[in-house]
Amino acid sequence: MVKLIARTACAGLLPKTIGTITLAEIAAAPVTLIAPHRGQKKATSDALKAAVGVGFPAPNRCVGIAPRAMWCGKDQALLIGVGCPELRGTACIDHSDAWAIVQIEGADAVAVLSRLTPIDLRATEFKAGHTARTLIGHMTGGITRLGSQSFEVMVMRSMAGTLVHDLTQAAENIAARAVNAR
Amino acid sequence: MRLPCPICGDRDRREFYYQGHATMLNRPSADAGTATWDDYLHNRENPAGETRDLWHHEAGCGAWIVVTRNTVTHEVSGAVLAEKAKT
Repeated sequence: MVKLIARTACAGLLPKTIGTITLAEIAAAPVTLIAPHRGQKKATSDALKAAVGVGFPAPNRCVGIAPRAMWCGKDQALLIGVGCPELRGTACIDHSDAWAIVQIEGADAVAVLSRLTPIDLRATEFKAGHTARTLIGHMTGGITRLGSQSFEVMVMRSMAGTLVHDLTQAAENIAARAVNAR
Repeated sequence: MRLPCPICGDRDRREFYYQGHATMLNRPSADAGTATWDDYLHNRENPAGETRDLWHHEAGCGAWIVVTRNTVTHEVSGAVLAEKAKT
């Protein structure tokens, strides 16, 4: 029997510290995509709440800590950190290992991400528990605010290298400006 | 240019894919005849003023929306989900 070695999406690429920010991979298994069938969202939310303690999130919101339910598209959410319970009337798809998730933390986190995404990430507009499906460079992905200087950025696993490259380049550019400003 | 996605709120135009006029939602019946189908597939108004077109929020929530905008003033006056749009 062949013994396979599991590698995380950003293995060998992270962690990194650039200027004021740190980039670190978040290992978030298990992950399940949950998509209630038409008219089933309320029932799915109730069943989720009863089984794992978090309901189906409103658009652009992320609820719970462990486990979490993160909105990720029209009538879709990701259930993160717990096995998927039995949900009737709902499509449930295993996304464990499907995502590359990077935490970016530091004083310049908003400035760095603002170079890559068109959405407004200021704390007055994009608060803890807010999430957005948007562009990250040329990729589609998700951004979630974890704290005042901390965000989670996720793209499909196949684009992990590009995500780390884009975040690294943006962070280096911001760090270089800080050096010049001194 | 920013478009008001009914689910996500105001978002940058880069997140959207443009399909064309919302008349695409008024699909004729299969036996409507070649003239009707030709009109549906190929002929479009070119209005100076208000128009409604279909956009896909492809780098966002994934919804198809009908955006009302003005081709003269460039004002974007609203958007509804295509599934709820009156055609």
